[in-house]
Amino acid sequence: MTLLDFTILTAKVVLVMSVLLSTVPILVWVERRGSAFIQDRLGPNLVGPFGLLQPLADVIKFLFKEDPIPLEAHRFLFPLAPLFSLIPAAVTFAAIPFGDTIELWDHTISLQIADINIGILYIVAFGSLGIYGILLAGWASNNKYSILGALRSSAQMISYEIVLGASLIGPLMVYGTFSLKEIVHLQAGHWGVVFQPLAFITFFIAAFAECNRLPFDLPEGEAELVAGFHTEYGSMKFALFFMAEYLHMITISALTVTLFFGGWQLIPGLMSLAQGLGFAVYPTSLILSLLQMLSFSLKVGVFLWIFIWVRWTFPRFRYDQLMAFGWKILIPVALMNIFLTTLAIYLKWI
Amino acid sequence: MWHNIIFWILSILCVGCALGVVWQRNPVVSAVFLVGSFVALAGLYLNLNAPFLAAIQIIIYAGAIMVLFVFVMMLLDLHHPLDLYFRFTKPKLPKYIVLGLFIWLLCTLILATAFPLAIPDKAQGFTVAQVAILLFSKYAFPFELTSLLLLIALVGGVVLAKKK
Repeated sequence: MTLLDFTILTAKVVLVMSVLLSTVPILVWVERRGSAFIQDRLGPNLVGPFGLLQPLADVIKFLFKEDPIPLEAHRFLFPLAPLFSLIPAAVTFAAIPFGDTIELWDHTISLQIADINIGILYIVAFGSLGIYGILLAGWASNNKYSILGALRSSAQMISYEIVLGASLIGPLMVYGTFSLKEIVHLQAGHWGVVFQPLAFITFFIAAFAECNRLPFDLPEGEAELVAGFHTEYGSMKFALFFMAEYLHMITISALTVTLFFGGWQLIPGLMSLAQGLGFAVYPTSLILSLLQMLSFSLKVGVFLWIFIWVRWTFPRFRYDQLMAFGWKILIPVALMNIFLTTLAIYLKWI
Repeated sequence: MWHNIIFWILSILCVGCALGVVWQRNPVVSAVFLVGSFVALAGLYLNLNAPFLAAIQIIIYAGAIMVLFVFVMMLLDLHHPLDLYFRFTKPKLPKYIVLGLFIWLLCTLILATAFPLAIPDKAQGFTVAQVAILLFSKYAFPFELTSLLLLIALVGGVVLAKKK
């Protein structure tokens, strides 16, 4: 690895992380304004234009609040739990390609932090570690509501991880590769959702459960458990859980886009527009790369909005309904999708 | 050089976490250390150009098995009598004999292994397809035997649970 390569890699990591971390406050703003819009309220509109500076005010509040550790809490694991939640959420994005290559200073830079040839497994691996944050937070708080929330969440996340994994097998068989970069390249003609509609539906439903979002936010169901696993957390520690949830949302939306909606492939219509304006110079021009990144961001944005939309539309599941839905409906459907895909590949339909 | 630095960092992390598992009295903290050890071990696999093995290590051991362990530990409040496992109540001699035998076995195995041969081709390592082909052709029988082992463990678990 030369010094230039190292610099480029560092620049990519810094760029992606800063974009991710600055998307979180914007998402919080969209969540609050969006919920207000859905419920016919105004939402935060006083701090800055359209309330845009509200997240900044929230951050300042989080930073300056007292940061207590309950007397009976575990000294070592209680402060560590938010980090266990945040780090897997932040690290997972590294495998997702957000654009093709660009040419700068006689160098081909691929717009992806790490082109791992087992990209999907990498994401599943770190996604499965996210549960420790919730589990340990619940246990370390030494509070009955926290531990109930943590137990619920671990049972829920283990169940829905099976759905998530099983719905990944269909697309994997169709694409024949684990590398997310190649998967996006293979979707140049048709987006993956055309071949794998069932897998997309089960994957996206399971994604809600993995992010602990409504209608599957049982771990923190406030009407029953006060606030679930983060009852005892305040100030920045709570903010870290909050950030982890939104980072999970971003990563899983990006993964959905990469697997089923063509990743950075241009949105239909954008290509002809670029050609009409004379931007699309073969093989890669800087503007084309920017358009790819724009397409990727727009697609991810659509899914993020669906996450928020669903949260303020559906009521929460009851716990037994949640488990029955996961085990009796989603897992059989995901398994059936594997069978159908195998059949389709065997009969050479795909 | 980078290879060696990463190796030493991960090894120290791995062994340190493993010692933490043994020395901690609190089972949940032990479990957290064990997860740390697993993740460091996955890093070592990655350093040996075996990314598939590393991912599987994290998914299965850290992501599935240990989650279940912690889950069960939280469900069953483990307040068993500590002196059952207290070190001074057990006879010392058998302990040291077993320890000595174990260290001897480990050293022999380490000395008998040809380590340079154990590193796969640096350029590519093993791809998922290669692993799958080996698993379903050359190693099909051991693979099926392992599944039988799991089945036996499963039946054994059910039998033990039914007794109560």
